[in-house]
Amino acid sequence: MNDIATPRLSLGPLQFHWPRADMQSLYRQVADSRVDIVYLGETVCSKRREYQHKDWIATAEQLAAAGKDVVLSTLALVEAQSELGYIRRLCENGDLLVEANDMAAVQMLAGKVPFVGGPTLNIVNQRALQKLVDLGLQRWVIPVEMSRTMLAGIRAHISAPIEYELLAWGRLPLAFSARCYTARAHSISKDECANCCIDYPDGLSLQTREDENFLVINGIQTMSARTSCLLSELEDNSGIADILRISPQAGGTDLIISLIDALRRGEISTDVAATNLEGYAPAGLFDGYWHGESGMTHVR
Amino acid sequence: MELVCPAGNLQSLKAAVDAGANSVYIGFRDETNARHFPGLNFNDRQIVEGMQYAHTRGARVFIAINTYPQPASLKKWQYAVDTAANIGANALILADIGVMDYAAENWPNLNLHLSVQGSATSQDAIGFYAQQFGIKRAVLPRVLSVRQVAAIAKKSPVPIETFGFGSLCVMVEGRCYLSSYVTGQGPNMYGACSPAKFVQWSKTSGGTETRLNDVLIDRIADDEKAGYPTICKGRYCVNGDVGYAIEEPTSLNTLPILADLVEIGVAAIKIEGRQRSPAYVGRVTAVFREAIDKCLADTQAYRPEEKWLAALAALSEGAQTTLGAYSRNWH
Repeated sequence: MNDIATPRLSLGPLQFHWPRADMQSLYRQVADSRVDIVYLGETVCSKRREYQHKDWIATAEQLAAAGKDVVLSTLALVEAQSELGYIRRLCENGDLLVEANDMAAVQMLAGKVPFVGGPTLNIVNQRALQKLVDLGLQRWVIPVEMSRTMLAGIRAHISAPIEYELLAWGRLPLAFSARCYTARAHSISKDECANCCIDYPDGLSLQTREDENFLVINGIQTMSARTSCLLSELEDNSGIADILRISPQAGGTDLIISLIDALRRGEISTDVAATNLEGYAPAGLFDGYWHGESGMTHVR
Repeated sequence: MELVCPAGNLQSLKAAVDAGANSVYIGFRDETNARHFPGLNFNDRQIVEGMQYAHTRGARVFIAINTYPQPASLKKWQYAVDTAANIGANALILADIGVMDYAAENWPNLNLHLSVQGSATSQDAIGFYAQQFGIKRAVLPRVLSVRQVAAIAKKSPVPIETFGFGSLCVMVEGRCYLSSYVTGQGPNMYGACSPAKFVQWSKTSGGTETRLNDVLIDRIADDEKAGYPTICKGRYCVNGDVGYAIEEPTSLNTLPILADLVEIGVAAIKIEGRQRSPAYVGRVTAVFREAIDKCLADTQAYRPEEKWLAALAALSEGAQTTLGAYSRNWH
């Protein structure tokens, strides 16, 4: 394997609501892992406050001391004025790179400091990407719906040396709503939720009426039940992605990181990695978007 | 307050204008707009005719080019922008930054509106499009409470348009991938949610099953009314209970809060439904025309009239209406 093409590994923002102790445990493990970049912050619901701002900053300092590049991620769906205030605080932190997951954050960062364009920004062509590159985007996390062919088409037009990050492992966000579906499942409204999503560290399973694991409810976010797996990119060694993102999950994040790290270094085969990783994807794997098929399809 | 009405064909455009629409929004007959359905939308000749019909009666025509072009198809969207500009559209409704950049650069005098598909839910997000592309209006996604809309309307650099009636997207528009997850085609890049070619209906002993690309969306008993199988309106099993885990088949109706929307300074009310019949468009437009006129004449005294609500309920999905996210109770 050619070292130059070996992608870096990132750990995406924790999408689920976990008790504080479990979050601390995750980030302690990550500090000792082979992950290169860590994204911190709440991206789904501003009512989740097991970690306060000072906790995120303290975690960022610990991870930086352990040699990790740290990025602060912003909320994907912004509704309240108070949320805008917090996003502004993140954008003006003066030190750490910020992942903008909404155009409000882009507006606060554009022309001021370099930023990461998050996967929910709706950038799907070269002209849109170039516009954000001109405004300071230095890394782009590829949106959920994008295929390999589309990404290649875009990369061919962008001469700026930006980084391309792929959502390589984890359940993918498919929709965001004002309504909290976890609260709805408990027959309560969002204002009365009492953070009931904390009881579902991998989300709440939504099955079809013939028992197919179809989606996962995660508060206001609806996710794929299947786990996105784009590790064939490592096998192909094509260099289309500079960074592979792993999304934290309740069980085995440290082992998933180790396996994907071993795979990128050529220490294990794709078959061995796949066999081991499938155990961490209870509803199976998918990679349909990446191959231009219906999203939930598993092609490779 | 401006009334903005949908038209999927020339007859609907005429029905909307005749019933009192201030503006009508339409799309080309391809995937450049978010109602890319078979048999729907306008060719160039029909657009010119529709534009003449509207303009001679004092109504404006907006053209929606509000989907997201892929790398290889950017030129098609740019051509749509050029065509719309050349035939004199009063405004273009755009979502993609690339398309907007092209339109602002090549047609600096053209009115650009940010589509609901642009997912802008704050004055800062709207500010981005205003600063970079000079948009003149933003359409808000259906995920905000009245209080949140009021705060944005107060601080937004451009006037705000909100949805008033019609099918209810419960997910923030422009970031919902449920349809493409199941079928490969969704609103963002294909211009349709749950495209008809993937819909399957079958009679079984347990009732009528509706499927989308083989995924079971609902099973409907003989005495129940079957809705179109969009993923967010299906029945699923969560924690052992079967039900509408996301939303029931229902339509948005803002007549009960119209006075609030006027008072907080919403500039325009949009009726959803380019896929609906001319008769539907005409009836909904007439009800909202009368309601808006009464509301503007005396906002304090405004109350939604029973006959309006009955007329709209009869036109609603599942014969039910909701205030959706405008009401905190809905969240």
